[in-house]
Amino acid sequence: MSTAALKHRHADNAAVWIAGAAGFIVLWFIVYARLAPLSEWIVSLFPLARASRSGDAAVFFVFETPKVLMLLTLVVFAMGMVRSFFSPERTRAFLAGKREGLGNIAAAGLGTVTPFCSCSAVPMFLGFVSAGVPLGVTFSFLIAAPMVNEVALGLLFALIGWKVALVYLAFGLGVAIVAGWVIGRLHLEGWLEQWVRDMRTGVAQIPSIRLTTIDRVKAGIEAVKDIVGKVWMWVAVGIAAGALIHGYVPTGLLASIMGRGAWWSVPVAVVLGIPMYSNAAGIIPVVQALLSKGAALGTSLAFMMSVIALSFPEMIILRKVLSVRLIAVFVGVVGAGILAVGFLFNAIF
Amino acid sequence: MKHVKVLGPGCKRCQATADMVHAEAAKLGIDIGLEKVTDYAAIAGYGIAATPGVVIDGKIVHAGGLPKPEDIAKWLQEE
Repeated sequence: MSTAALKHRHADNAAVWIAGAAGFIVLWFIVYARLAPLSEWIVSLFPLARASRSGDAAVFFVFETPKVLMLLTLVVFAMGMVRSFFSPERTRAFLAGKREGLGNIAAAGLGTVTPFCSCSAVPMFLGFVSAGVPLGVTFSFLIAAPMVNEVALGLLFALIGWKVALVYLAFGLGVAIVAGWVIGRLHLEGWLEQWVRDMRTGVAQIPSIRLTTIDRVKAGIEAVKDIVGKVWMWVAVGIAAGALIHGYVPTGLLASIMGRGAWWSVPVAVVLGIPMYSNAAGIIPVVQALLSKGAALGTSLAFMMSVIALSFPEMIILRKVLSVRLIAVFVGVVGAGILAVGFLFNAIF
Repeated sequence: MKHVKVLGPGCKRCQATADMVHAEAAKLGIDIGLEKVTDYAAIAGYGIAATPGVVIDGKIVHAGGLPKPEDIAKWLQEE
């Protein structure tokens, strides 16, 4: 094929991709704008009294599920494109030898945009530490990466609103930065497993592949397939649980146990969150329902952060490289940070 | 024969990567010996920071996320 023909084919391709993406977004908005009447209509097909509790719960479920999944798709797609600009290797190269403080801030920020999978947490930890990224900076990355992610932010935005999503972003980063910094100041390198301490490996040179805009759009689509394909069920289950709470739990019931007045509810929420292992997809719809029934925002946020950031399965994975003492410090420091966020919020809002 | 190593602690993506390498090699008729490296220390020894990683004849060609089938084909055909 001649270069001219090749160029033409590429241009064609790009045009098709742009038209496809634009068409998709237009369709998205048309459907999204009509979701409310559509859900009322669907529920009216069922033998449910609209004014009853079950009618309320049904409308909530039928409206919220597609709404949340649609918003989530958009957010995940955008983040998939953003993530295609970052790679763990580049992040590591950037953080290697960074001083504490600024390093913690950079690590937490990069943690939110670098492609991350929890099954990669240990190789990443080892890769970072062995390449000379300070321990505390590594922790800032490892705390931020799972906690501040597009699923959590997308769902908070879709279900509760952009203000709470922004606040979660800011305080999630804050906890990651401060907790990583504290762990760094404690100089706990000696508490790593012996073989980890002895390991000083080189940094692999991986041939980088130049990505075109089309590749990045494809990366966004892949992210949607991968992430939304995995979490949609959790979202549906979470919204169903939320719908039941909406329909059946009397307003204000939770105010006494999860309200602002009950200071002890924040530590209880954090402790309860540790053994609970759910991703953001399942927990946020429930949190939204709790909020609407009088639970305090700080308590709810603390619960959510604890469920997402502190989990037993993750600790068991980390046990392979960290001593039990170091894991205890990790849980203690992160837990204290979440506690502080909870109290702060209950005091402010 | 090409020696392919798939680096990964045994997550779903690592298995998928290994399967893709097998499929591509079979398609191209390239004889390969595939080894899965699951030991964390050994994985880290390659200097990568994200799994799954792919090593062909001692050279790291990929790290992090599922590789694309056409890229696998390219790596397998490279000398």
